Formats: sequence, structure tokens, C-alpha cells
Amino acid sequence: MSAGASPDTGRATGISRWRAARPALSQTTRGWTVAAVLLVLAVIFPQVITNQVATQIGVDTMLFVAAAVAWNLFSGFTGYISLGAAVFFGTGAYTVGIAALHWNITGDAEFALLPLAALAAGVVAVPFGLIALRVRRHTFVVITIAIFFIFQLMAFNLNITGGSVGISAPFLTWAPETFNNPFYYMALALAAGAAVLAWLIRGSRFGLQLRAIRDDEDRARGLGVRAMRVKLAAFVISGMVIGLVGAIWFFFIGQVLPQYGFDPLFDLSVALMTFFGGFGTLWGPILGALILEPSEQYLTLRVSNSYASELVWGTLFLLVILFFSRGVIPIVGEWMTAWRTRGQRLAGQPAADEAAAPGPAAPGPAQQPSTPSGRSAR
Amino acid sequence: MSVLLRTQDVCKTFGGVQALADCSIEVEQGSIAGLIGPNGSGKTTLFNMITGYGRVDRGDVFLGDRKITNLPPDKVFGHGISRTFQLTRVFSRLTVMENMIVGAHYSERTQGVRRFRNPLARAGGPATRQRAMDLLEFTGIADHAGALAETLSYGQRKLLELSYVLMANPAIVLLDEPAGGINPTLIATIADRIRDLNAQGTTFLIVEHNMDFVMGLCDRVTVLDYGNAVVSGSPEVIRSDHRVLDAYLGTAEDDDES
Repeated sequence: MSAGASPDTGRATGISRWRAARPALSQTTRGWTVAAVLLVLAVIFPQVITNQVATQIGVDTMLFVAAAVAWNLFSGFTGYISLGAAVFFGTGAYTVGIAALHWNITGDAEFALLPLAALAAGVVAVPFGLIALRVRRHTFVVITIAIFFIFQLMAFNLNITGGSVGISAPFLTWAPETFNNPFYYMALALAAGAAVLAWLIRGSRFGLQLRAIRDDEDRARGLGVRAMRVKLAAFVISGMVIGLVGAIWFFFIGQVLPQYGFDPLFDLSVALMTFFGGFGTLWGPILGALILEPSEQYLTLRVSNSYASELVWGTLFLLVILFFSRGVIPIVGEWMTAWRTRGQRLAGQPAADEAAAPGPAAPGPAQQPSTPSGRSAR
Repeated sequence: MSVLLRTQDVCKTFGGVQALADCSIEVEQGSIAGLIGPNGSGKTTLFNMITGYGRVDRGDVFLGDRKITNLPPDKVFGHGISRTFQLTRVFSRLTVMENMIVGAHYSERTQGVRRFRNPLARAGGPATRQRAMDLLEFTGIADHAGALAETLSYGQRKLLELSYVLMANPAIVLLDEPAGGINPTLIATIADRIRDLNAQGTTFLIVEHNMDFVMGLCDRVTVLDYGNAVVSGSPEVIRSDHRVLDAYLGTAEDDDES
């Protein structure tokens, strides 16, 4: 707000004015700059670093960026914490797997099946959402976990999913040195697309309704927000993106087993990444996935004992939820604001935080010192 | 004058508690109606039944000639009934302006050719923002338009809630204790704003414990007791009605015994 600018005019050097005006001016500009730099870095990454282990981590990371952004698009915006994201991941993977198997699709043609993954995940999301979104908070979390395990059980036991043997993807006759690159760019495109979608939704009327539901769903309904419809729409969109993530992952790995298609660690990971980066923010899930997924992979590579990495993962989850649940982005953002405004605090300007400090009385006409009004005593 | 809002023999029980028993009230178009009664007499329950926050067991609610019994809250709002809550509810992590735009979304949504509306349209067009600023000026919190609602004081939140329920041009506004927990100056301000809005054609139904506020503002007051509308009339009538004194102070028999 411009309230911060007025106290500065007393000592108005050019710099201080520029500083005061800066936050409003650069908030979006800075976001776009960071986005552009990140995108350029992401695009040139596999060209510069051709190590296959590194590019493989790159693919996984980009898939998790897309999944975390999509998860946040529903859970972060509405406050409904879903631990059933793997339902869509697995649905996407199995859908393209089963379709390729039954329609005898081989080689590169398999990628034509990707829209089917989004569609199937979206179709699954409708009854899932209609059941789970009837309840809130803890009950919602429990229902999503229950539905997740139903899907895992089905994958283990149905004939069509191949039971515990799973399903193999069509074989790709690509050169091993550059095998990862097309997957990397596919995942990157999906991640970037999901981020743009999240950005569009957040600023839209639709996104505002989601955030109103997060703050007070019943109040929002009383202002004409059709809560169920809006929540379900976000849930389906989120599920479709995660379904695509699952399909790309399946083609990349070449095989899906029930315990990896419907993996509880996937549920936890997307949630952890989003909470770590900043729940409900635009940058949070991106940052969280970019930091945590490579770290986790690196850890797995270094410590050959997989239990150790899961132990570290679980501990980190606890620490983040307990002490850092608002995420890196909001907390660091506050530090930066505190640092930038430290001079104003020292100058002791009462007006500087006018908006933040609740006034003693109502503003406007009611702000005159309250004299006993003419009303008769009670 | 025609009746704008009417409940007819509305009944509601919670477990074994009869919250509303054949409760019938009427609010005339263009009036400021008051609803009073002791704690637990069913005032807020009646609000909830009218606005869709709960289903009536029996009975009907009418807005004009239209039956709106048991419609969900968003539909009730769409028909032109806005309400505030006893414990003020604003969207704490949205800015004041965003709070206002949430209130406008319904009317924005229903404007224009609905089939071709863009779901990703930016929230709040220029007309909406202008109307929001006008309303915030009107209630006196325009300076805080860019602040997060959680930074507002309790009184300011009351004003914000009053402001955003007006965004959709409601036919009738239900206020649940608009004068509760705020200072006398602000109470006077809110009373003035209600009078201004009423002069512009908005009908009000107000639940309030502050008798001076109710008696000074309302054209007609209805008294609830044990979920039943026991008496209804002008403030002068209500002041002197023995049934009201009974409801608030205990029955005459009780007095005799004491």
C-alpha cells in the first residue's frame, strides 16, 4: 500500500523514494524475472549436463514439480489436504499401460495416449471428489487415504492391471545417451503448463472462490459460492495434471507395479514439497520440488540403504510440519520485508503499519474520540 | 405494503430440543424489522433456516411469492437474501477488496451470456471494484481496501461484513447482532448506515440484544420465546406488552411466587 511511502517524504532522497515505491512496482516484475531465468536454466540443463544419472534426476524432479503444483492447485488453494494424489498418478500410469497393451500400440505412438491419462484421472476424480468433498479437515484427509488404499488394492487384485506383476510399457528404441531428454522436456512442459494454469486460476474469479472456501467455506456459500461445484472442478483439474504425470513416469520407467503406481510415498512427497516451499502459494510447490526431489535422489544414491533415505524423508516431513509448516516462501518473504522496512521501524513512524495494526476504534466517521453518545443508558 | 419475507409454521428440533415451534414471522417490503427474544429463543436458528444453513423439519419460507424452503445458502443468496453472522466472519487471508469481490461474484457470474463466460476471467472487473470502493467509503473502511482482512479490528470486520453482503444488491439483509461487542460510537454509525440503506430501498431483519438499538431503528419488532413468535408490533407496543416482559423477566406466576 502507499501508506508506507508517505512517512518517507520528510527525508525524501531519491533512493528512499525509490525504495518506498519498489515493492509495488517489482512484485510482479520480479516474479516474471525469476520465472524466465528458471525456465531458461531448466531448458538448457540437459544440454549442459549430459550425465544420464543427472538427467534422470532432472526428469523425476520436473515430474514432481508438475505434481506438486497440481496438488497445490487444489489442496493449497482450498485448504483441503488430500493424501490421495497417487490415485490419479496410478490411474494415469495404468490407463496408458492398459490401453497400449490392448490396442497393441508400440514405440513412439504410445505418447498419443497421454490425453487418455488425463481423461481417466479426471473421470476418477469426479466420484472420488463427490464422496470425499462432503467432509472437511481431518475427516477429508482420512477419506482420501482410504480411497487411495482401495485403488492400490484394486491394482493388486484386478486382472486388467496385471496384479502384482504390473504392466510394462511399449519398448522405446531410443539411444541410451539421450533417452532421458524427451522425457525431461515433456515433464518440463507439463510443469510449466501446470504453473501457468495455477497462476491463471489463482487470479481468476474461480481461484478467488477457492481461497474464500479455504478461509470460511460456509460464509462463502452464503455469498453465492457454489462450494461443491467449485471444489470439485479444482479437484478434477488437479487430478488430470497428476494423471499426466503418472503416464509420463510410466513411459519413462517402462513398467508400473501396484506399489509404485499407487505409492503412499508419492502422496507424502507432493504434500511435503508443497508445505516445505509454501502451502497455497504459487512458488511454494515449485521451489519445494526443485529442492527436495534432487536432495532425496542424491541421498538415495549416496546411501545405498533405502531405509535410511525414507527415515530422513519422514523426519524431514515431521520437522517441516511442526516448525516450518508455512513454508520457505512466506517465511523468507517476511524476513525480506522486515529487512527492507527496518529503517522505517527505527524512525518510529506510527503510520507505517497503519494497515497492520488494528486501530483502537473504527475508522472514518466513527474515528473521532468516542464521546458519550446521546443514547440513553441501558 | 407487501410482505417480502415470510416464514410459516417453521419447526426445527436439535436432538430433543425444540429450537423452533411453529414459528411464523413476516417482514414487510422496505421495512426495518427487529427480532428479539431471550438467549436460546431460536433467533439465530430462524436465520439459519431462512438462509439455508440447516433444513427445517416442517413449515415453509417464502420470499415474496417464491417458496425458498431448504434451498442451499448460495441459492438463497442468489434470490436476494444476504446475511451476517453473530460471530463476525470475514475471509481473513483475503484482502478487504477481495472479500468484497467474493460478495460480487454471484452477480458477475449471472451477467451477460452465461454459456460463453470465461471461467478464468480475472476476479473483479472495474465496475465491481468501483462499487466495492463506493461501499467501503460508505461504511468508512475504504482506507483498508488493500489490507488483509485478518489485520482489521473487530469493529472494522463488522463493517466489512456489512459491506460485502451489500455487493450483490440484496433485496433483504439479515443482520445477526450488528451491535454486539462494539463501541457506542460505532453502533451509532452502523444504525445510520442501516437507515441510509433502508431509505434506498433495502429491507432489513435484525436480531439484536441491544434494546435501544432495536427500538430506535425498527419499524416493527417480533418477539421470539421458546421458538415461537409470541408477539409482533411497533416498538411502542412491544415495550408495554406483558408477554415480552414475561419472556425476558419470567412469567407473572413466577413473580407471584417469589
